[in-house]
Amino acid sequence: MNRAAGLALAWLALSGAAPTMLITDISQGRIDINTTFKGADLLVYGAIQYPAGSIPDGVPDIAVVVRGPAEPITIRKKARVAGVWINTDSVHFETVPGFYSVATTRPIAQIADDRTTAIYEIGVGNLQLSPASGASGAQTAAFEQGLIAAKRRQGLFAEAEGTVTLTRNVLYSARITIPAAVPVGEYAAEIYLIRKGRVIASSTTPITIDKSGFERWIYVAAHEHSLLYGLAAVAAALFAGWVASVVTRRA
Amino acid sequence: MRPTPGYDWRKPMNLYLPIAELSVNAFVIVLLGAGVGFLSGMFGVGGGFLTTPLLILYGIPPTVAVATSATQITGSSVSGALAYLRRGQIDLKMGAVLVAGGIAGAGIGQVIFRQLQKIGQIDVAINVVYVLLLGGVGILMLRESVTTLRRAARPGPHPPVRLRRHVPWIAGLPGRTRFYRSGLFISPLAPLLLGLVVGMLTTLGIGGGFIMVPAMLYLLGMSASAVVGTSLFQTIFVTAMTTMLHATSSKSVDIVLALLLLSGGVAGAQFGVRAAQKVRPEKLRLFLALLVLAVAIALMTGLTLQPRDLFTLYGQS
Repeated sequence: MNRAAGLALAWLALSGAAPTMLITDISQGRIDINTTFKGADLLVYGAIQYPAGSIPDGVPDIAVVVRGPAEPITIRKKARVAGVWINTDSVHFETVPGFYSVATTRPIAQIADDRTTAIYEIGVGNLQLSPASGASGAQTAAFEQGLIAAKRRQGLFAEAEGTVTLTRNVLYSARITIPAAVPVGEYAAEIYLIRKGRVIASSTTPITIDKSGFERWIYVAAHEHSLLYGLAAVAAALFAGWVASVVTRRA
Repeated sequence: MRPTPGYDWRKPMNLYLPIAELSVNAFVIVLLGAGVGFLSGMFGVGGGFLTTPLLILYGIPPTVAVATSATQITGSSVSGALAYLRRGQIDLKMGAVLVAGGIAGAGIGQVIFRQLQKIGQIDVAINVVYVLLLGGVGILMLRESVTTLRRAARPGPHPPVRLRRHVPWIAGLPGRTRFYRSGLFISPLAPLLLGLVVGMLTTLGIGGGFIMVPAMLYLLGMSASAVVGTSLFQTIFVTAMTTMLHATSSKSVDIVLALLLLSGGVAGAQFGVRAAQKVRPEKLRLFLALLVLAVAIALMTGLTLQPRDLFTLYGQS
């Protein structure tokens, strides 16, 4: 926090008649998924740099969005067929973020109008998921709701309204929880400064989430050298069975 | 990096699985392996029919659960098969025929597995196959063990249980050959077909032992002493093949998960073998029948009750 305050002061001192800017830093620019990975807590913080160092009246709003790489997803709906629940209808979505978490100073509906939040994709209901199949509008909407609900349950979609703290209208900070089941890839923290319902400044900071060490080694082996990996798995199983046999015989 | 303090056993030992891509409590998984190992040591079955549904219940993705339990069954079958080999209770010729059928079956099963995965029905298919098989075998076993127990309870001489020695259509198959240790003179086509069917089931995470053993006894009419050992022998090769197929095509074998299950299984099987010696075999079969039926009923409930989440997500992979 001190670092952010220092940064802010330096900027305030140096700034001339520039547009309002956002200065952002993240507690971790890289998240390593290792053997003991249980999820992570990201601290996104920074300062608002006003032109000529003058802090205008009125409290601005901040929205902090952390999102992961988009991926295509097929969502299937279960229905009862002959007494058994099986997958029936499906809708394909082309661009579903693997992770999406938003934190704001106030409820999203109060920060800006629907059009603005839709343009900047603020809020899980405003994500552009690009449904690809020729399903009807109503059906697509129902599947979209199902998709969002499923992602929320997995902790991969989250909305935390009113959790961004703003200090003296200059310093802001937010905590974003990254669950253990998070997909790997290039992430971005997007910060939006909103005043009177309009986005007046934004910043983007990259975050890398990747498997590291042993986890990465196993994952790469399974995907790039799958034959050897399979042989290793069989060998490990045979060895364990042999050990068990030796132990049992001695007992 | 923080210095690593001494391990605190009160805390759950979380371990991130690289292929399943989630964090599990390693202790629970080892315990699960030990429990299944205990039962497989006790009843002489591979335990795949328990591992797969239990892993899915824990939250492991079904494809990873199926592929990894195949690896685990390989391990648990090796220790059993070695014990039978030392006692000369494996018919290697019969085993070779079963393996040939089984490997072909595993290949066919893998194609079906991929197709079902593509149309998004693999989870349902796994559950339906399990309910039908476990339910069917469970009822047959229950009937058989109850009859045996009743007969044993009745005073007077006990007539031996008659096995059906000749199934007409199997006896009619061409190219009969002798399987000495099995005490059979039949066409190799019959065990080849049996191996094929069991191999297909193996790709769905069922080791096949509990289908194979009754089929060998009642359909092929093999002598009882060679049945379990030969079944285990076949299981090693077919599950190893299945592991290879899953590893190369669906890439869903989680070696860390497999090792956790195996380390528990190694210990559990030992206790299981000891426990089995204290219980009468008829009672043992009754317990196994009830266990198999319980799993079938649990899975059936899951299939027929309205699921909490109607929508399921499927990634591209």
